[in-house]
Amino acid sequence: MKEDPGYYDYWPYENRPKIKWPNGAKVAFWVAPNIEFYELNPPDNPFRKPWPQPSPALPGYTSRDWGNRVGHVRQMELLEKYGIRGSISLSTALCDHHPEIIEMCKERDWEFFSHGIYNTRYTYGMTEAQEREMIKDSFETIYKHTGQKCAGYLAPALSHSENTLDLFAEVGTELFGNEAGIYSCDLFHDDQPTPIHLRSGKKFASIPYSLEMNDTIAYLVQKITPRRYGKELKDNFDRLYAEGAESGTIMCIPTHNYQVSNAHRIKAYEEALEYITGHSDVWVTTGKEIAQYFLDNYYDVALADIETKNKKYGNA
Amino acid sequence: MATLNDDYLQYPERSYGMDHDRYEWSMLQDRKAVQWPDGKKVALWINVGLQFFPLNQKGIPFKVPGGMTKPYPDLRHYSLRDYGNRVGIYRFLKAFDAYNITPTFAMNTRLAERIPYLVNTIKERGDEIMCHGYDMDKLHYGGQNLSEEKELVKKSLDGLRNLTGQDIKGWISPAKNESENTPDILAANEIEYFCDWVNDDMPYDFKTKNGTLTAMPLPTELDDNFIINNNLHSSEDWADQVEDAFEFLLKESNTGVGRILALNIHPWVLGQPHRIQYLERVLEKLGGHPDVWSTSAKNILNAWKSQK
Repeated sequence: MKEDPGYYDYWPYENRPKIKWPNGAKVAFWVAPNIEFYELNPPDNPFRKPWPQPSPALPGYTSRDWGNRVGHVRQMELLEKYGIRGSISLSTALCDHHPEIIEMCKERDWEFFSHGIYNTRYTYGMTEAQEREMIKDSFETIYKHTGQKCAGYLAPALSHSENTLDLFAEVGTELFGNEAGIYSCDLFHDDQPTPIHLRSGKKFASIPYSLEMNDTIAYLVQKITPRRYGKELKDNFDRLYAEGAESGTIMCIPTHNYQVSNAHRIKAYEEALEYITGHSDVWVTTGKEIAQYFLDNYYDVALADIETKNKKYGNA
Repeated sequence: MATLNDDYLQYPERSYGMDHDRYEWSMLQDRKAVQWPDGKKVALWINVGLQFFPLNQKGIPFKVPGGMTKPYPDLRHYSLRDYGNRVGIYRFLKAFDAYNITPTFAMNTRLAERIPYLVNTIKERGDEIMCHGYDMDKLHYGGQNLSEEKELVKKSLDGLRNLTGQDIKGWISPAKNESENTPDILAANEIEYFCDWVNDDMPYDFKTKNGTLTAMPLPTELDDNFIINNNLHSSEDWADQVEDAFEFLLKESNTGVGRILALNIHPWVLGQPHRIQYLERVLEKLGGHPDVWSTSAKNILNAWKSQK
């Protein structure tokens, strides 16, 4: 076991090389709806219980199913209204269970990225071969149902192994070449993209996905009110927009249809979306487009800057 | 059902004062009034926790608040804490400079080893650094092996003194947790003051086997992590509580007694983009207030000691 995941080096948030987003935007803004499938009868995992109650665990299962039956279309229409294409963090088994949802998102040219197979199947305890197989299945399922070569990963239920990012990048390259498997949403250490060290040496980036702005964290962990959530989204945007004048920043809103699409919560969310997209210097985009833009234009510059500073100061 | 022995109703420490001999029983109202320099009424001690939460947390004897909670490797909590040291801290420094605030940094020695850039930044600023133990998973705790703890304190202090070039006179244990021996060991290692006991609003003498330490008042009740992540209040509410505390202490100080407003804050909490404006609001109000003395912990300690 390691004291540090070793994926990235120290890189102080000051005096970094300036990132310029397309059209002079200060903030790259993206919304990542998690479209998930939780199983009613998941198998046991020795490291994590899927549900607090013995199966059938109705409270958790039914509220999440509500998200797919009712909430999805509400959020989709809202995003469409503000010109936002979702970047879907997808439980890929949902392609088999609810292809209607996949079709709707395809029609709107949304991005699909891998969030594992089910959100009730954790990485904990998997062998490297098993994890590789699970990740490969998710790539193939996305390709089969959408024609997209999956670019990004968020491990199911944020469950990881020491090899997770390496495996994701390697399987992407094996299946589709270096254009697939290029970014991760699993790390929350920065407001800008970061080059990630992989054993393969592949060019790969961490794209900020912001757990702090995640609706489930806001509502279930911090237990804030919907209006407070709307205020936090605006506050977060204001700061990143101001700092983006110095060097481009990223703001992501990760959502879940079973949280944010509730009738009592969606108004505050809409107000924040209207506020953010109402600013002139915002690049409303997707995770993959940010990752590709960073890799093409700033990855090498960032890496060189990090190496220079580390050589000078000797940071871990 | 198990029953209790008769000695359960014996009370050997039942007498006037404390139930231990570490410090004297003394009510705040009975203390000698302290005056701060230049007629200032409230000393402002901004204490910044710079912490390293290792991914391979052992959690002995408990998982530290703010540490890893998920099965290994808990990338989520590791990277959210690391955010403070690479992003949030630079928002803090800008705010301190904008509002003329003198901060004090409580640093884990392991963090100083890992990030010389940050140590160098603080050294160049000339701010005081105190030791916050080795890392957030190296706890001091009741029943801990004495020689093991002595070694841990020495390693933490020698390392930080060496890396910072400062003599390091202040200490705050990770999670403010101690063994029965911690104060004795600290005093033997040239520590002058420590901040783990939250039982006063002003400094007081704390007896050890190796001389007297000063216990400095750094309340957990106003700590950003405690209010926001433990009490689940909003960051705006944190700012309101700090301002209310300031108004009250200022009023109390009008009777001629210097008071201390001590804020323990963390860049992984208030350094987030959606929270930083509330720290700035507080610092703007306090930094520009004519009755506030913004200074380091050690300066407050010395001013108090000179008037004992």
